[in-house]
Amino acid sequence: MAAWHEKTAHEISSAVRGKQVSAVEVATSFLDRIAAVDGNVDAYTQVWPEYALAQAQAVDAKIARGEDPGILSGAPIGIKEVICTEQGYTTCSSKILEGYQSPYDATIIKKLAAAGAVFLGKLNMDEFAMGSSTENSAIKTTKNPWNLKCVPGGSSGGSAAAVSADMCTISLGSDTGGSIRQPACLCGCVGVKPTYGRVSRFGLVAFASSLDQIGPFSKDVEDAALALNVLCGKDPMDATSADLPVPDFTQALTGDIKGLRLGMPKQCFTEALGAEMREKVMAAIEVLKKQGAEVVEVSLPALDYALAVYYIICTAEASANLARFDGVRYGFRHPEAKDVREMYVKTKSAAFGPEVQRRIMLGTYVLSSGYYDAYYLKAQKVRRLIKEDFDRAFTQCDAIVTPTSPTPAFEFGSKTADPLEMYLSDIYTIATNLATLPGLSLPCGLCASGLPAGVQFMTKPFDESTLLRVAHCYEKNSGITLGKPPIA
Amino acid sequence: MEYEAVIGMEVHVEINTHSKIFCACSTAFNAPANTNVCPICLGMPGVLPVLNREMVNKSVAAGLALNCTISRWSKMDRKNYFYPDMAKNYQISQYDLPLCYKGRLDIEVDGQVKSIGITRAHMEEDTARNTHTLGGGISGVDFNRSGVPLLEIVTEPDLRSAQDAYAYLTTLKQILQYLDVSDCNMEEGSLRAEANISVHPKGSKEFGTKTEVKNVASFSGVAKAIEFEIARQIEVLESGGKISQETRGWDANRGITFSQRSKESAHDYRYFPEPDLMPIVVDEAWEQRIRKSLPELPLAKKRRFKEQYGLSDYDATVLTSTRAMADYLEAAVQAGADAKKAANWIMGDLQALLTDAKQEIQECKVPPAGLAEMIQLIESGTISGKIGKDVLVEMFASGKGPKAIVEEKGLVQITDEGALVAIVRKVLADNPQQVEQFKAGKDRVIGFLVGQVMKASRGKANPEKVNEILRKELSA
Amino acid sequence: MSKITREQVEYVAGLAQLELDDAAKARLQQEMGEILSYMDKLNELDTSNVEPMMHAMEMTNVFREDCAGESLAREAALRDAPQQDGEYFIVPKILDTEGGA
Ligand SMILES: [Mg+2]
Ligand SMILES: [Zn+2]
Repeated sequence: MAAWHEKTAHEISSAVRGKQVSAVEVATSFLDRIAAVDGNVDAYTQVWPEYALAQAQAVDAKIARGEDPGILSGAPIGIKEVICTEQGYTTCSSKILEGYQSPYDATIIKKLAAAGAVFLGKLNMDEFAMGSSTENSAIKTTKNPWNLKCVPGGSSGGSAAAVSADMCTISLGSDTGGSIRQPACLCGCVGVKPTYGRVSRFGLVAFASSLDQIGPFSKDVEDAALALNVLCGKDPMDATSADLPVPDFTQALTGDIKGLRLGMPKQCFTEALGAEMREKVMAAIEVLKKQGAEVVEVSLPALDYALAVYYIICTAEASANLARFDGVRYGFRHPEAKDVREMYVKTKSAAFGPEVQRRIMLGTYVLSSGYYDAYYLKAQKVRRLIKEDFDRAFTQCDAIVTPTSPTPAFEFGSKTADPLEMYLSDIYTIATNLATLPGLSLPCGLCASGLPAGVQFMTKPFDESTLLRVAHCYEKNSGITLGKPPIA
Repeated sequence: MEYEAVIGMEVHVEINTHSKIFCACSTAFNAPANTNVCPICLGMPGVLPVLNREMVNKSVAAGLALNCTISRWSKMDRKNYFYPDMAKNYQISQYDLPLCYKGRLDIEVDGQVKSIGITRAHMEEDTARNTHTLGGGISGVDFNRSGVPLLEIVTEPDLRSAQDAYAYLTTLKQILQYLDVSDCNMEEGSLRAEANISVHPKGSKEFGTKTEVKNVASFSGVAKAIEFEIARQIEVLESGGKISQETRGWDANRGITFSQRSKESAHDYRYFPEPDLMPIVVDEAWEQRIRKSLPELPLAKKRRFKEQYGLSDYDATVLTSTRAMADYLEAAVQAGADAKKAANWIMGDLQALLTDAKQEIQECKVPPAGLAEMIQLIESGTISGKIGKDVLVEMFASGKGPKAIVEEKGLVQITDEGALVAIVRKVLADNPQQVEQFKAGKDRVIGFLVGQVMKASRGKANPEKVNEILRKELSA
Repeated sequence: MSKITREQVEYVAGLAQLELDDAAKARLQQEMGEILSYMDKLNELDTSNVEPMMHAMEMTNVFREDCAGESLAREAALRDAPQQDGEYFIVPKILDTEGGA
């Protein structure tokens, strides 16, 4: 029998609830796994063995009393550093928040705890979620479990690597322009960015407020559905969270996609896409065709402008969101500040990494007097064009299929010299955020290099059910199993 | 040369909600430092604002009372600048689409009505308070005020003098207090006024360079600062100098304005729409609901008081100066008092007592019905007007009803003919000399004799009756 | 010719409260120039009749009710401050009198 740490959350939860295993036993298995392999992967920034075991004991105690701890009973979960927890630290992998303890839990942390989840610790990321390789972390360098010389993707690289290396069942990430789906693709797991407004952002340290969304990484689509059942829903603490009913997403996993219209945007299948990735994605589309999906070509003409729009909007919002890290109320303050201005300048300059500083500079510039209309306002207008493209496309199809990433995982340092080239890693994922759509990446095979490839689906806003149904159907019928990554 | 001054006002008014604009912290004044704070108003990582509905209601009410157009669609924006009193280093405010705009406030100066244009009134959050009294080269920051709701009200440059500015501020305060949207208490910082002042040669179409006067602690201070600033600017121009655009403070002790900070370069606030807050749509129905709930405003009330109660312009002005005072008068009338008599008592004896006790009318122990009852005791002749004054003092001190006081102290007026005749005869017997004088034609002496009767009755005798009986007895 | 001058880099750094050495200024001038040139792509599109997408959601009027709730204990509020005296957050002496609001 497989070890507990190799199992999914739905398997663990039903075993714990059925008293086939205790939550403590499960947690111990995962903690042992972390101790065994995280020295190689470096996914975790903090591991909470005592806290995890205490939570597991509480789950077991509830079961002993005949109570139901919830649909994630005893499922060990890892949390991205950007999500606020009273337990441990919330550093955003930045020097500026080194040692910072949040005085409150994010809404989703409370929801997961109420569903019986067991938190194992926090996971590495690009500083303030800015990056596509997790190389911008000020804490450590997370490796891709499939090849330790390669990046895990980013910014939620730790979250993807931890799931892929069996160091948690489900992990939480945040996705502003692909930060869940791209690392999920590069590490060979399932990653979902829900519709903007579907999951509360209260307690998610903001990078770009109009684009950020929390979502799960998991080993299969069923776990993703389970996680979304807990994460989604209106939060009175988040004015941008939608007051819409949340269906039971596991009910969508019917395996039946007969008559479903699958849109292929021609702009996503150009020469820019590598041959191997194209071949994998086309094979995935064939699988769905066989299951009764009808493939239609759709056009998203404004897609070519998505990257430019994205880097204007996300940097502008970030320049304001990151202004609060000034050394007054929390976090790092430069010791040599003689006056207030020096306190700001020295603190920020010393504690923000180069990518964060670059984005603050860009965002400040595009909002500054004389440039607002040319950049920020223009970007907001083109953002609407992109959204309208998708609205139009969804009159012709029920789901859209694209690659997740133009390439599989790349080697450390290969893209750090050229920020623009790194930004192009997100070419297929950012439009989803700009159009506020739900998107999902799941594995569609291994490349010749032994690195995972991924396929991305997206649907209309708030139609996560269709998204999960398509992904689940593919997963069941692809005949592909990646196997386990070759780490110790 | 003759000069003309041009003044525009920017007033920040604290809206008196229970909780802050974006979080549930209390807005109570004077709490110990950093106790009315939470992750949201401290700008901690990961928090989000949610707009207080009552803030919108009260802001719309204020906008309507200032004859503004209410935006059907408006939004919040971020105003970016760094300062230690800013929790997020951006202020959530409103930039190009304020909630209220294009209004007008009529003020009265020297009997003349002037219409002051209101450019806009927008919602924003207050900042923290810095304290510089901790010594040792440090400052302290208290975030209790961070996130307290503010309405910023900006006028057109329609004011021309210190008196205009004073009248504007008092009229504005009166209206906002009538609406119960703000306490407008300058000492507690719930109203802060800044004036933009420039002067130019009379007749010239072009405005001069303006200075901004900030941090003045009272309305009269604002008026004095403006007066000083106008004189200063004229003096500078007369001596061939130039006005530099700057912010000036007010030194109340020395009675001068002083340069605080020159506007190096225009601020670059990098406003952009607040992505964390959804737009505000005040539809026709919502606006009407608030319009219908607006109380009668001071000017309308004053007109009505003159018409309905026959009060003089002066009396009506005083009695509508606060909503509490007007409500008090109306409640007294409701309870049966004659309006003019009640008005006199309120503006006279009661106001004197309130001033002495440093009380507001709504705090005082004399209920409007009590005043009405007291007035009726005088009307019915139960007590004299003079005794009435003493009764009111007692009512004010103890909170007892007038009847109880009159009974307790035996203050009922003696109107009984027989009893008065007895007192009068005794007084006449005791003062033969004065009786002689009267009979010799010295009519004036009657006043002395009335006084003696009043004294003998310990003030309870009905003075009219005493007069009548005295004359009868003396001519007998 | 770069899209952005060294003076502009310095001006923006001033607004953002960042201090850059000469090498960083030169690097940012080049990188920002390239990225901004890439962004000029947007000028290919005629957007004169397009409403800017100011908010990600179409919702309006999302409010909270005016109820005063619990605040944070002062110790918790001050806990992570780099400098505090049990009552106040402490910063270097503020000389400027520039007020907010
Ligand atoms: Mg303001
Ligand atoms: Zn608060």
